[in-house]
Amino acid sequence: MQSFPCPFCGPRPEPEFLFVTEMGKTRPEPAAEVSAPVWAAYLHDVKNIKGEVAEVWQHLPCGQLYLMRRDTTTMAVLGVQSFRKGGAA
Amino acid sequence: MNFTFDGMDLTGRPGDTIAAALLRAQMRIVNRSFKYHRPRGLWGAWVEEPNAILDVTLNGVRTPNCRATTTPLAAGMAIESVNTALTARRDPLAVLDRFARFIPAAFYYKTFLWPSWHLFEPTIRKMAGLGRMDGTQDFVPAAPQRHETAELLVIGAGPAGLEAALAAARAGLDVVLVDDRDTPGGSLIDRAEHLEGQSPADWAAAMISAFRAAGGRYLPATTAFGAYDHGLFLLAQRRDHPAAPALIRLRADRAILATGAIERPLTFVDNDRPGILSLHAGQAYLNRHGVLAGQRIAILSTGDAQTAATQFRAAGAAVEVIEAGEGRAEVEAVHWFARHLRGLTLTDGRRIDCDTILASGGWTPAVHLHCQTGGKLDWREDIQAFVPRADRPQILTIGAAAGTFATDDARSDALIAARGDRPALRAQDPVRKAWPQLGQSRRAWVDFQNDVTVKDVELAGRENMRAVEHLKRYTTLGMANDQGKISNMPGLATMAAIRQVPIPEIGTTTFRPPFDPVSLATLAGPKREALFAPPKRLVLEPLHRAAGALMREYGGWLRPAVYTDVEAEVSAARDHVTLFDGSPLGKIDVYGPDAARFMDFIYYNTMGNLKPGRARYGFLLTEGGIVFDDGILFRLSEYHFSVSCSSSHVDQVANLLDLWRQDQFDPDRVFIQDATPHWATLTLAGPKARALMARLDFGIPLDDAAMPHLSVVQKDGMRIARVSFTGDCSYEISVPARAAAALWQRIVTTGRDFGLALQGVEALAILRMEKGLIFVGKDTDGTTMPHDLGFAAPREKKQVEFVGKRSLFTETASRPDRLQLVGLACQGAPLPVGGHATAPGQPASQGYVTSAAHSPTLGKPIALALIAGGLGRMGEEVEVYHLGQRRRATICPGCFVDPEWERLNA
Ligand SMILES: [Zn+2]
Repeated sequence: MQSFPCPFCGPRPEPEFLFVTEMGKTRPEPAAEVSAPVWAAYLHDVKNIKGEVAEVWQHLPCGQLYLMRRDTTTMAVLGVQSFRKGGAA
Repeated sequence: MNFTFDGMDLTGRPGDTIAAALLRAQMRIVNRSFKYHRPRGLWGAWVEEPNAILDVTLNGVRTPNCRATTTPLAAGMAIESVNTALTARRDPLAVLDRFARFIPAAFYYKTFLWPSWHLFEPTIRKMAGLGRMDGTQDFVPAAPQRHETAELLVIGAGPAGLEAALAAARAGLDVVLVDDRDTPGGSLIDRAEHLEGQSPADWAAAMISAFRAAGGRYLPATTAFGAYDHGLFLLAQRRDHPAAPALIRLRADRAILATGAIERPLTFVDNDRPGILSLHAGQAYLNRHGVLAGQRIAILSTGDAQTAATQFRAAGAAVEVIEAGEGRAEVEAVHWFARHLRGLTLTDGRRIDCDTILASGGWTPAVHLHCQTGGKLDWREDIQAFVPRADRPQILTIGAAAGTFATDDARSDALIAARGDRPALRAQDPVRKAWPQLGQSRRAWVDFQNDVTVKDVELAGRENMRAVEHLKRYTTLGMANDQGKISNMPGLATMAAIRQVPIPEIGTTTFRPPFDPVSLATLAGPKREALFAPPKRLVLEPLHRAAGALMREYGGWLRPAVYTDVEAEVSAARDHVTLFDGSPLGKIDVYGPDAARFMDFIYYNTMGNLKPGRARYGFLLTEGGIVFDDGILFRLSEYHFSVSCSSSHVDQVANLLDLWRQDQFDPDRVFIQDATPHWATLTLAGPKARALMARLDFGIPLDDAAMPHLSVVQKDGMRIARVSFTGDCSYEISVPARAAAALWQRIVTTGRDFGLALQGVEALAILRMEKGLIFVGKDTDGTTMPHDLGFAAPREKKQVEFVGKRSLFTETASRPDRLQLVGLACQGAPLPVGGHATAPGQPASQGYVTSAAHSPTLGKPIALALIAGGLGRMGEEVEVYHLGQRRRATICPGCFVDPEWERLNA
């Protein structure tokens, strides 16, 4: 069980967190102009990088989404950042 | 201390483990082996023991599979061997051993394939199988669990661990020292090695005193069995038998592993005979318990055994020391006669009479915890062992676990590690190799607990199961509950010899927790039975119970299933009026200036144009276009909506909304709050609901113009909504939870004049089925899109973006043979839920029944089903196949009662 830092609540145990998505995906729209391959890539493609990754996580007790950089080989957390305006880094 | 073993009355001493007491009582045969039922004695003296797995009954509580070497003896224990048809000494199944050449590795895989393994499994399991549960016994009591943190965790209170822990504590660190023994000192005690002029026990006790004085926390009798990410260690703290150990989750900034090493056996023919023990175990029994393993001892060792020999002689044994390993004579035969070890013959012709053989094939560092956290290993040719690669500053390994065996060296390395620095590697005197020999005509054991011999490893090699993980699974080598502590290295070395490659090229199998078996009660802790998955409770539960409700769990809530009779409750809802506790229905508030635009994006249906005071039914989809939930959306004011989602999905829906809010909207202009637990919702449904509402007199107009179907009024802290899940005129009255009981009583009293009945969830399930209304997840599956349910209009007409929109226009989403929700009409009993629909006489499934019941309103069976292209197949005959039976049914619209929906306004 890992220990993740929430930018709002500090270090908390892994079961309190939800992985949301890899960072950098944009929702393609409007639907009428989105090709099937583009939509399928948005729904299903993940890079699943071995090494340093940037991901969107949610801390369920406070509900906030934030950016977490971590290393998938060492499991080290490299940094977290709030998405809120002027939010804690 | 009196105890029994396989029915014999025996005596042990305080401080004995079960193993020490059995050895003291000269019980040489303590068990039978797993597969061949060979007689087995003790090999080890601690966690490495493969043979002495015993069932222990104390104070009426039977605990299966206790390891004799680590279980403290208690007066009154009744101890039984396992893997035996009778007792360890007399086991008729030992005949299996004579047929051993017919049951090699993978024998069961190969032989019992035809016609089916399941035919043979019960008999084979009964013959194998370890200990026996007492089925009449209740669960053992819950084990406590707690959390701890430390700046430094030191594992192992031998000389290295004690030294490191004390130095770090004196340097001001918050240190926890964990050790699996009751008393400190580790291998010093086993070897009776004196330090600084003190006995090992005195020296270790003084170190512990100093450690505690420096603020350190010492946890004896506690096994660190698992190491996980980010410094988390799981510890099992022993309690008095038969209580399951307590669990401690300890998170440490860094850890020092001083876990010692485990002695390896020598792999000669019949090396599993009772009376052949590890040399270190022989010393441990003598120095810890004052028990001599035998009177005439032959020591076979690849290392220096003179100190040990001197100790045994001083205790009165005759001892012969024989050098073992590369370049020395091998064991040719072990003489075993009339259930006793009689001696051995060496290849140089020497014959030694002895009743006990103490064997040492070198040492395997206990690297388990290092590896569990992803640590790598390096092969050391000098000591013929894998040691931890020291590349992570947070986890350092010292002492014998790092291949540094001399006590003085280990102690100075400990001081370096305590500072957080990495001790340098110390070259050791090369050990004599003593790996298994190939091509022996008779059996030599590699894995004692799972009965894997050198021949089995050779067979695996011949059959190309040569990779280390294949070897393990094909032969079961290392898969017993000792996890190969003494067998993995000889097994790897044998395969290396077969493949003619160096041992490090074979590699090791993956080390996984637990290092040592852990009781399930320890892992479960208090989270079991009533606390395992506690249901949410209704504020009105006492009133439901007083009214005779049968309470059942639905979607995580404990709810009234039925009060009197399901069909009577359905009829009351159709003929008069019923009262239903709908409190678990979702009430997720969405506020803010962008709330209307947000609802349009979240819902499949257009919601932004909903007028305040009005409500609309709609679907929430996943981005894949699949129906995630359905329900009513209320618009309470310009900037305030309430999402009335399914009772069982509230948490998921609330979080889904929050994710989209933060991802696609300005989180300062839309706000979400799940207010479900703050409200209680009482639902009145039936043709007399409106009249009863009028009598209750909430001070609101009830005519269809002022309060039509799908509208909501807020009044005096209440929310009164006119919605319907039964098809009849229906009102949901939501009040703050604290006001629910009074309202419930008032409705029950007032309702008497209207024939009011209480209605449970089971009746609701039929009422909604009669109307073709769905439960998401029951009448939909992971492929269902809203147009499969007959709700195609938004897909065709809604212009703005919404969640899942693009997915509704894929090739798959447009197929004509999609599973669509329809009704099924039939004769006789209700159709089986889950039964598959086929074309008459055909085998291929065209869908399945999702809900079915007898309709009290219609007096006939009704069913909902997902059928391929079903919406275009009205009137078609299908067959419903279930467990070999076929039934005829006709596809019909899903709404069985009042298809014109006239009862809504009746
Ligand atoms: Zn948080």
